[in-house]
Amino acid sequence: MVKNQKIIKMSGISFSYSEESPILKDLDFEFFKGDKIGIIAPNGSGKTTLFHLMMGLLKPTSGSVEIFGKPMETEQDFADIRHRVGLLFQDADDQLFCPTVLEDVAFGPLNMGKSKKEAIEISKRTLDFLGLSDFENRITFKLSGGEKKLVSLATVLSMEPEVLLLDEPLTGLDTKTRSTITRALTEMNISYIIISHNIEFLEATTSKTVTMRDGKIYADQQVHVHIHDHAHVHGNVPHKH
Amino acid sequence: MIEEPFAAGNSIIHQIDPRFRVAAATFYSFAVALCYEFQPLIVALTVSLVSVLLSGVGLKTVLKRLAIVNVFILLFWIVLPLTYKGNNVYSLGPVNVYLAGIILAAKITLKSNAILMVLISFIATMTFATLGHSLSRLRIPEKLVFLLMITYRYIFVIQQEYQKIIRSIKIRGFKPKTTLHTYKTFAYVIGMLLIRASERADRVYNAMRCRGFNGKYYSLTDFQADAKSWVFVTVVSGATLGILLMEVIFNG
Repeated sequence: MVKNQKIIKMSGISFSYSEESPILKDLDFEFFKGDKIGIIAPNGSGKTTLFHLMMGLLKPTSGSVEIFGKPMETEQDFADIRHRVGLLFQDADDQLFCPTVLEDVAFGPLNMGKSKKEAIEISKRTLDFLGLSDFENRITFKLSGGEKKLVSLATVLSMEPEVLLLDEPLTGLDTKTRSTITRALTEMNISYIIISHNIEFLEATTSKTVTMRDGKIYADQQVHVHIHDHAHVHGNVPHKH
Repeated sequence: MIEEPFAAGNSIIHQIDPRFRVAAATFYSFAVALCYEFQPLIVALTVSLVSVLLSGVGLKTVLKRLAIVNVFILLFWIVLPLTYKGNNVYSLGPVNVYLAGIILAAKITLKSNAILMVLISFIATMTFATLGHSLSRLRIPEKLVFLLMITYRYIFVIQQEYQKIIRSIKIRGFKPKTTLHTYKTFAYVIGMLLIRASERADRVYNAMRCRGFNGKYYSLTDFQADAKSWVFVTVVSGATLGILLMEVIFNG
């Protein structure tokens, strides 16, 4: 397998919701197989928009998107690659719509043309992997926030994608669910891009981080993400350095 | 929250194949709705009562549900005797009470309660998910089934959004009064709810597209029609035909 296979190539992408304030301006981005990239950037800098452009949920005002070496022009082009690129939405309630967990996880595989038996098998395997073995028949809307997040991750993983796009996967989760997601990501041999504000999480799961500014992506060359620990007296009192 | 208090159970009715229950309840309800004479309606009410008893659901909860519907039926009892013209049984000045109206209201009451009890015992005894699957197995158009399931799934989310908005206006000291401010606030609440629901719908649809949705709804459940289900559907059909026959005989 070629290690440096280019998965996503975006060139000259511009996008705006309204004419006055463009979100993305002439953005270039390349993503290769095996890349594990973290995006850490302020709110409203266009991170989610970037993901939606990659999935073809939004159309750029100008520029071109190439995925797996194919130019993406029509809805059909995107429909063909969506099962290979899994997007985890910010809000799990958007992603889970079936009455029961098993049906929701099996929805993707069934759409891909898998048989009922295969779909159930894959779904059970995926749920097991995320520590949700006994969740099959639970009702999706009765799950807790953390459980919903894990199940929606399962719905994406069950399509066995080659790339994951995770949009703030840790927001609002407790420590246990956070570590389940971190473990899952590090155990899988898969390329991904993560949007997050959590430096520790990106440190543990990604090999490089980028940031977004003025509608463009910048590699964080000079600044390296690190956690700073030091001790001094009165350290438990709120203070500045 | 919509609860499904009757869905869990292991009565003789719970064991019947859900598809058969849906079909039987539909056939029976239509037949009862078509009846006009007292005799078949009273028989129907008895049959329905027996089915409720067989399904082993909590009678108190059933009565509570029936009470809600009967509040609406009470309106018929108020309006029909005064307006449905026929022989009057009682006059008070310009106000006449007509016998035909009383009879009609009584028939409506019998019919509604009979149908409702059968729906409770046959259909409320399965989860909503099972109902959706049986409908799709009964070849109800997929779009309708899908609409039903999605409504069921997101009604809770919309309810949560509603409560979020209500909480946020409450913590800022909003008290409903008969003022323009109150009406305006409620208009905002409804407007905001509509916008949020529609944005939610967009996001859900996008999420579905990302998972390869192409308008098809798959159901994972396999239903098994056993001998019991066939006996059940035969008994219910027999009772239904009996009721229809009575209707024909008594209606001359």
